Amino acid sequence: MNHRSIILFPTLTALVVVLFAVDMMVGSVGISAGDVWAALTGGECDPITRKIIIDIRLMKAIVAILAGAALAVSGLQMQTLFRNPLAGPYVLGVSSGASLGVALFILGAPLLGVGSSAMLSTMGIAGAAWLGAASILAVVAAVSQRIKDIMVILILGMMVSSGVSAIVQILQYLSDEESLKSFVIWTMGSLGDITSSQLWLVAPAVVAGLLISVAVIKPMNLMLLGEGYARTMGLNIRRTRSLILLSTTLLAGTITAFCGPIGFIGLAIPHVARMLIRNADHRLLLPATALTGAVSLLVCDIVSKMLTLPVNTITALLGIPIVIWVVIRNKNIV
Amino acid sequence: MIRFDNITLGYGKRTLIEGLSAEVRRGELTALVGRNGTGKSTLLRAIAQLGEVLSGDIVLDGKKISSLSPADMASMVAFVTTDKVRIANLRCRDVVALGRAPYTNWIGRMQEQDVAIVDEALAAVGMSDYADKTMDRMSDGECQRIMIARALAQQTPIILLDEPTAFLDMPNRYELCTLLRRLAHQEQKCILFSTHELDIALSLCDAIALIAPPEMHILPTEEMVHSGHIERLFTTGIVSFDPTTRSVEIKTK
Repeated sequence: MNHRSIILFPTLTALVVVLFAVDMMVGSVGISAGDVWAALTGGECDPITRKIIIDIRLMKAIVAILAGAALAVSGLQMQTLFRNPLAGPYVLGVSSGASLGVALFILGAPLLGVGSSAMLSTMGIAGAAWLGAASILAVVAAVSQRIKDIMVILILGMMVSSGVSAIVQILQYLSDEESLKSFVIWTMGSLGDITSSQLWLVAPAVVAGLLISVAVIKPMNLMLLGEGYARTMGLNIRRTRSLILLSTTLLAGTITAFCGPIGFIGLAIPHVARMLIRNADHRLLLPATALTGAVSLLVCDIVSKMLTLPVNTITALLGIPIVIWVVIRNKNIV
Repeated sequence: MIRFDNITLGYGKRTLIEGLSAEVRRGELTALVGRNGTGKSTLLRAIAQLGEVLSGDIVLDGKKISSLSPADMASMVAFVTTDKVRIANLRCRDVVALGRAPYTNWIGRMQEQDVAIVDEALAAVGMSDYADKTMDRMSDGECQRIMIARALAQQTPIILLDEPTAFLDMPNRYELCTLLRRLAHQEQKCILFSTHELDIALSLCDAIALIAPPEMHILPTEEMVHSGHIERLFTTGIVSFDPTTRSVEIKTK
C-alpha cells in the first residue's frame, strides 16, 4: 500500500456507490434520490416508480458495474499477457469472436429449428459467445506462442475481426428479417436488455472470471519481466496463459454475449487505472482497474441515458482520446 | 556444480555442441566465450530449462534438470537474460522483490525476512539508493545491476547471465564483472556468463568455457590462455590472439 492507494481506493469505491445511485435516478423519467431509496428499501413510494427502479434501473446499474469491471480487467490481463499496451479484448478479436458465435446462433439457429424457448436462447447466446470468444483467443494465443513479434499478433487480431465481420455479413445476407433484426439490435450494445433470470447467469460468470484474475495476480506480476524471467522464477507459463484466457473468455465473452460489443473500456481503462495508481503491481492495479471500469461504465450509461444514445457510442467517444494519448505519450507502459 | 553429461545441443537440424562432458564449478566466475551463433545463449537457456537438450543430461548439484520441476529449478538457477526490462511504475525494490517469488505465497506476500533479503541484494550491487526509483528513467548499467540484484534475491547457488556487459560502457563492464567475481568468491556461487569481452574474461574470470563448435572446453583461465584454443578460435585473416600479451592484435603486412 502506498499513499496514493490509501486515497484512491476509498474514492473510487465512493464514486461507484454515488454513480450507482445517480444511474438509477437518471432516465426517461427523472426519479429523485429519496424515491430511489424508498423503492430500494421498500419504503413509501409510487408503485410505478418502484417497478421502474426494481425491474429496470437496478438491474441496469448492476450490469453496468459488472460489465465495466469485467471488460476493464480482461483488458488489463490481455495487456499483461501480450506485454502490449494496445492489447484488449476488442483489439485481439475476442469481441468479434463472440459476435460470430452470437451471429451463428441467432441467424443460424432458426435454420436448424432450435432456440424457441427463452431459456434455451439465453443459454444458447451465452454459450455461443463463450465458444466464439474462446476459439478466437485460442487461435491468437497459439500464434503468439510461436511468433514473438507483438505487431504480428495485433495485425492478426485485426484480420480476424475483419474476417469475422465478413462472415457475419454473409449470415445477415442469408437470414430472414426477424433474426436479422434481433442480431442488429444485439450489435448495438445495451446494458438494459438483461433480464433477472439472465443476470443469474452473467453475475456468476463475471465473478468466476474475476476470481480467476485474482488467482493469477502473482503470475501476472512475474509476466511483467517477460516469459523467460517468469519461467526461471518457477512460473508454469502454460497454466497461467490458460487461466488468463479462461478468465478473459468468462469476462469479455459473457458481457459481449448479453450486452453486445462495448468497445474501448477494455483497452482504455487499464491505462486510466495505471495513471491513477502509478504502480504496476497487479495487487493494486487489478482492483484499481476493476473499480475504474465500474465507474467509467456507470458514467457512460448515465451520459447515454441523458442523450438517449447507445452506450457503446459513448464508450467509444470516451475511450478513443485515451487510447490516442497512450499511443503518443506512453510507449513503454506495460 | 553444473555438470554436462555427454550433451548435444542445437536447434532444428543444426548441431552446435556435440558430446560435451565438463563441469562449471562452485565459488568461481566462469566466462562463456565463442563466436556469434555458436550456441552460447542456447547453452545458457538449456541450463535454465528454457531450451532443450538434444541428448545427454545437464546435472545441477547432483540432480538431473530433466527431473526437476519449474519450482525446484527456481530455487537452483537464477537467470539474467538479454531482455531489456523497463517497467514504468514499478520501483526497483519491487522488481528485486519478484526474485522472491519462488518462496512467497499465492499472492506474493513479502515476509520480514524477504524484505531483508531484497535490501541485502540491492546493497550487494550498490543500488540501495535506487530502491524507490523506477527503472524507466535509469541507465542500462543501473538496470543491469537491478536485474542482477533480482537474481541474487532468488538465493540460488547458480546464476546465469546472458551477455550482461553488452550495453555497458568500458568502466561499467569492469565494475560489473568485478561485482560478479566478488559474489562468486564471497557467497560461493557458481556464476556463468556469456560475453564477447575476451580481455575481461581473461583478466577477471577464474575459468573460461570456450565454444569451438562442435566442442566446448572448460579450463582455468591460465590454462586456457596457453592451451591454444583461443588462438584457433579467434584468429582470422584480419586479427590474431597473442597468448604472451593476452590480447588480440590486428595483422599488418
